Amino acid sequence: MSALARTPLYERHVALGARMVPFAGWEMPVQYQGVIPEHLAVRRDRGVFDVSHMGQLHVEGPNAHALLQGLLSNDLDRIGDGEAQYTLLTNERGGIVDDLIAYRIGPFHYLLVVNAGNRHAAFAWLKEREIRGSEVRDASDDYALLAVQGPTAIEALGLPGADAFTHAMGEVGGVEVMVCRTGYTGEAGVELMCAAEDAVELWDAVVARGATPCGLGARDTLRLEVCYPLHGNDITQDTDAISAGLGWVCALEKDFTGAERLRKVKADGPERKLVAFVMEEKAIPRQGMPIEGGGEVTSGTHSPMLDVGIGMGYVPVESSAPGCRLTIDVRGRPKRARVVKKPIYVKEES
Amino acid sequence: MAAEESYPEGLKYHPEHDWARIEGDEAVLGITWWAQDALGELVHFEAPAAGGTTTKDAPYGEVESVKAVSDVIAPLSGEILEVNQKAVDEPEIVNDDPYGEGWLVRIRLSNPSEADALLDVDAYRAVVAGQ
Repeated sequence: MSALARTPLYERHVALGARMVPFAGWEMPVQYQGVIPEHLAVRRDRGVFDVSHMGQLHVEGPNAHALLQGLLSNDLDRIGDGEAQYTLLTNERGGIVDDLIAYRIGPFHYLLVVNAGNRHAAFAWLKEREIRGSEVRDASDDYALLAVQGPTAIEALGLPGADAFTHAMGEVGGVEVMVCRTGYTGEAGVELMCAAEDAVELWDAVVARGATPCGLGARDTLRLEVCYPLHGNDITQDTDAISAGLGWVCALEKDFTGAERLRKVKADGPERKLVAFVMEEKAIPRQGMPIEGGGEVTSGTHSPMLDVGIGMGYVPVESSAPGCRLTIDVRGRPKRARVVKKPIYVKEES
Repeated sequence: MAAEESYPEGLKYHPEHDWARIEGDEAVLGITWWAQDALGELVHFEAPAAGGTTTKDAPYGEVESVKAVSDVIAPLSGEILEVNQKAVDEPEIVNDDPYGEGWLVRIRLSNPSEADALLDVDAYRAVVAGQ
């Protein structure tokens, strides 16, 4: 086991009293003040997450588009320069090598932001499949990435409004950043990418503008409330995109790795589906807990907004409609849950 | 707001981060400041039923934070007389006041001499220092 990697903000996290934990080969802050206050800060105001552990892969060249169009599930022709899309890197079985966001920088240049734990796998997958006129480069160590999320985030940063899934160069606190209108919390906000050596300056500027430092703990509860899948939990190399409810990012009319298999799953109907559920008894579901009737919890937590146990998991298709009753084996105790429509938490319009 | 680190004199401690306040042939049980701090904000106390029993060194319940779940180990054996319903309804009081309002169960001791094997505050502080 090699030593854990640290982001350029490691010293900042320690100085803030963060509890540091190993995550995907990195030493990352799981919480500062506590998961619940950090979660609430993002839902009500704004928070900042160091997500510099995520990977950045550049794909360039006149055939970059052709390469990616054959490897990624979503249709790259749906985005132009300055736009981005959520997409999947799929294997031949329709399984998910990684889920990622593809940013179109120019017609011959795409930036892929991949999960920390899949950085090497995703890079190797793409690199092995390079075609003439395309080049894949892992630039993860060159960049830091801060997610600034919450209803007041954009205004506090002095940034203009913009559509979701767009990006543009900008400046925050004197630091040049790529401002990405993306996130993993279900709130408005941005992800700011900067040169690694500017990370501390950018972090300090964002914190000075009132963003609460938030750790991976709150990142997980926030994403689960809005049912964003987590690779390694809810989606893996062995789960197909259709069963996972990600058909909306699969352009099945085009050819990409695993498309044929996914078309078949869609035509036949999946045998099981990834559903969201809410506990009807006091209990907190956790990854790996069996669901009666042949299912399994893939993510679970306590929802700070709803004050109840919530989760996602695969269940037989017969039990997958909202309203269906589930029984979850919580360390030997059967606990009742109910399938709900995604997302679990819906923000009230103010 | 979470409590300041403290380990009161006069309690008996179990190295699994549980405490007992012995009152005659009864005892009140709970988890220590260290235990609640390690878990973070508690969101669930899976309580045993009153009328059940505790067995020294064996789990009698579970406490859960957003991120983690932990068994609660009984420092002493006995019959469970009362469960702190407030800790069930508002588990965060265990963070706020682990030795006071955040107690977990009251038991009638079945073997009071077991207390001799528990730690005093200085010995327990040494356990915490070694974590």
